[in-house]
Amino acid sequence: MLRGLGVCDGVGLGRALVVCPDKPDWSGARSTGADNEKARLAAAAAAVGRALEEMADAMARRVGEQTAAILAGQSMMLADPFMIGEMNGRIEAGAVAEAAVDEVCGGFIQLFGAAEDELTRQRAADVADLRDRLLRTLLGRQDQDLSAAPAGTVLVARELTPSMTVGLDRQRIAAIVTEAGGAASHAAILARALEIPAVVGVAGALKAIAPGAQVAVDGGQGRVWPEPEEAVRRQLEALRAGWEARRVELARFLDLPTRTADGRAVELCANIGRPEEAAAARGKGAEGVGLFRTEFLFLDRADAPGEAEQLAAYRQAAEAFAQGPVIIRTLDVGGDKKAPCLAMEQEDNPFLGHRAIRYCLDAPELFLTQLRALLQAGAGRGNVRILLPLVTGVEEVRAAKALLERAKEELAAEGKAFDPDIRVGVMIETPAAALAADLLAKEADFFSIGTNDLTQYTLAVDRGNARVAGLYTPYHPAVLRSIRSTIAAARAAGIPVGMCGEAAADPLLVPLLLAWGLDEFSVGAGSLLAIRRVISLWSAAEAAAVEAEAMACADAGAVRACLAAHDKG
Amino acid sequence: MVSKQITITNPMGLHMRPAGVFANAMMKFDSEVTLVAGGKTVNAKSIMSLMAAGIKCGAQVEVQCSGPDEEAALLEAVRQIESGLGE
Repeated sequence: MLRGLGVCDGVGLGRALVVCPDKPDWSGARSTGADNEKARLAAAAAAVGRALEEMADAMARRVGEQTAAILAGQSMMLADPFMIGEMNGRIEAGAVAEAAVDEVCGGFIQLFGAAEDELTRQRAADVADLRDRLLRTLLGRQDQDLSAAPAGTVLVARELTPSMTVGLDRQRIAAIVTEAGGAASHAAILARALEIPAVVGVAGALKAIAPGAQVAVDGGQGRVWPEPEEAVRRQLEALRAGWEARRVELARFLDLPTRTADGRAVELCANIGRPEEAAAARGKGAEGVGLFRTEFLFLDRADAPGEAEQLAAYRQAAEAFAQGPVIIRTLDVGGDKKAPCLAMEQEDNPFLGHRAIRYCLDAPELFLTQLRALLQAGAGRGNVRILLPLVTGVEEVRAAKALLERAKEELAAEGKAFDPDIRVGVMIETPAAALAADLLAKEADFFSIGTNDLTQYTLAVDRGNARVAGLYTPYHPAVLRSIRSTIAAARAAGIPVGMCGEAAADPLLVPLLLAWGLDEFSVGAGSLLAIRRVISLWSAAEAAAVEAEAMACADAGAVRACLAAHDKG
Repeated sequence: MVSKQITITNPMGLHMRPAGVFANAMMKFDSEVTLVAGGKTVNAKSIMSLMAAGIKCGAQVEVQCSGPDEEAALLEAVRQIESGLGE
């Protein structure tokens, strides 16, 4: 058995297609004169450029813009005037176009391969792939095309090159095994986007796996078996059958509305961290966005993003849904999230410190910029909503709303379009907010329960501290009572209440949340269909019966056991 | 020729995307633009050369511009690097 890094969960069994792209042999090519060779090179570069664009378009349609950006890199390389200039220089010195491509690309491959950082070294494979494409085009050869691979193919390669992405789909490719690469490699990103079981970083895979050999791949555990024994094969076959059955079962729910067994409609939304994930989540069944974390705009950069940049990001997410809500959380930095572009002091207790809404209210210019962008993103659409993190009292909501009014006045004075009726919600993630939910409900247009922080603060447990992390559990009666009373307060005030923490994606908790009347579940895109399915299995009466039993339990273990006993998953 | 020292602040250094942004911005100028970093001299209009130089976050680089629009090119180069090269 070979070991690597499992980057896409799932089991794949099939015959190995070992792709070991040889550099095309151009030794027979002779220069037909500098002008002619330059024209050949220009034509080949243009053809490869077009092909890359087509591949990127196709990839964007299949799996989203972000993944397609992998191909954009090669387009940028190909457009490098210096590289093309170097090639033309060699042609003028008498080289045939093929030799010019090989030599110049070869130089860059060496440079990249010798780089200190892993990211640059990985690019050497992209340059080699680009070189081979140019050479094949010059020589009039076909590109390798995986769409000819039969169903049940296990792709084995050193690294997945952009050229291999054509025809890469789960209908035919049962699994991917690469020698190179980590969790952020092309292969990992593509495999996850295409949901093909994959193991990367498998040392010696090309040697150990013969072309056409049987291969079994466990993408969850990062294990690869060349010519697996009968027992292993049977075990994995059973695993895969279970996996496939579940996938097919869940796929039925993709286009169904989210309803309980007795027909109550519930909203099912996605949590996202980047604007382009909104459209991808819609494709996976999301009815809206329940939590858009805006930190990505602020982390890893030297200066804070301006209004235009923020507006573009928020609008992109909002436009992914015609009507479905897109709830955007204002900047939630501090705690474990540091933003170098913001002057944030070291604190002894960052989780109890100057973070989230507290930080924003003390940095009104920064906060105003974000509020102005949010208001404008909702212009003419009305589906953008604002969510305030880490609120502990009404005065914070009032202060934020006062700033929002100022932002509206500014925008009106400047003649800019915005949504004057934008809804402002409060994230319930501190014990203070949960206990005073009835008071906050008078100030808020909606609630969203953030169970990760709520659990941590209610139980006084740092989940990152291994010695106490075991105490962290949303099944604790105190956490459940906080959630119950928060939902009750929202219902009494007539405002909608959702949940965007990890607890919303826990199938065991679904009957409790339904019994209490949660209006909206917001979960990671990968959990959407599983939660839609579980919701469809529960009626109000059944959920109420389980709720009564679970809430009578005195400790987290008993609650969990009770819920597990009634699990319908 | 005009030149200026500046620090690269991109967290992953001058990898593909910021290198592309920088090369594209520099291509608009007629002047020659070079980056000198850690003893290497790199054509700033070439994304391949920029990437191959493996310039890291925190690296001190010298931008050198030489040609008819060298002042404008240097201003733009510094502005681009200071604003994070699209990141």
